[in-house]
Amino acid sequence: MAEMPLIDPGKCDGCGLCVGVCHCNALAIVENVVTIDSGTGCDWCTDCEAVCSTGAITCPFEIVVQ
Amino acid sequence: MVAELEFLNSIPYFSGLDPAELEPITRLVLEKTVDRGELVALEGEPATNLYIVASGAVKVFKTSADGKEQILSIVRSGESFNDVAIFDGGPNPASARTMGPVVLYKIAKDDMKAVLRAHPRIALNVIKVLASRVRDLLSLVEDLSFKHVISRVARILAEQVEGETAAGPRLTQQEMAAMAGTAREVVGRSLKILEEEGAIKLDRHRIIITDKGVLQKMMEFG
Ligand code: SF4
Ligand code: SF4
Repeated sequence: MAEMPLIDPGKCDGCGLCVGVCHCNALAIVENVVTIDSGTGCDWCTDCEAVCSTGAITCPFEIVVQ
Repeated sequence: MVAELEFLNSIPYFSGLDPAELEPITRLVLEKTVDRGELVALEGEPATNLYIVASGAVKVFKTSADGKEQILSIVRSGESFNDVAIFDGGPNPASARTMGPVVLYKIAKDDMKAVLRAHPRIALNVIKVLASRVRDLLSLVEDLSFKHVISRVARILAEQVEGETAAGPRLTQQEMAAMAGTAREVVGRSLKILEEEGAIKLDRHRIIITDKGVLQKMMEFG
């Protein structure tokens, strides 16, 4: 399963900003909290993290050495 | 459709006004719905409207001669853009693109000038908004113009993998920004520069350190 952005439901206020910016339709608001569909082609653009003002959705980068 | 009085009253530009004063202003403010990814202001072009974001998010950015984008700010509900060109009469200093579906309130340049003349209170509000914008931009300029931020980001990456454990440590751009004492926008740019220099490779959710020697050199940059 593809790695997806992380969600902290406790911080999400359901504003829906991230849903609108996601260009691969990976995000939706269900019962006032953001949910993520891992079957979509998320390209880790990090736009969802950039617009979220509560820090509820984050796109951590794994740092590895080649 | 005209703007909601209650919403206007809640935003920095129009706060502190009586409903009676604000009501005629709402008639000058028009609503505009825009899809995701639309350019709503273009750098270098004249500006005819002041925009206030009612819902959604707009990114304000500059494009360099070689086509690179630097985000200056993300404008959210209640905040404005295009103000600089509206008030100084010059061309737009930056472009603006909708990040998702956006509802904008727009007010024509001449109408806004008339509003300012009639309401010193709003003029004071505008000064406050613009002053804090200058403050934010100054700190961005400082970080973008000095190489030390790139070297700090390089150092953060290098420190993360010092132990070289099997599962690499994970950091968001927000966390790297906090660690480097800078803005998230500057981290994005620093990572791109490190990639161009051949120190790292961005591979979806992975930052691969491809050349430790180059990374080391970038650390000493600042
Ligand atoms: S932008 Fe943040 S707070 Fe708003 S719905 Fe998305 S995750 Fe939740
Ligand atoms: S990183 Fe980009 S593509 Fe992935 S969920 Fe967030 S906004 Fe959508």
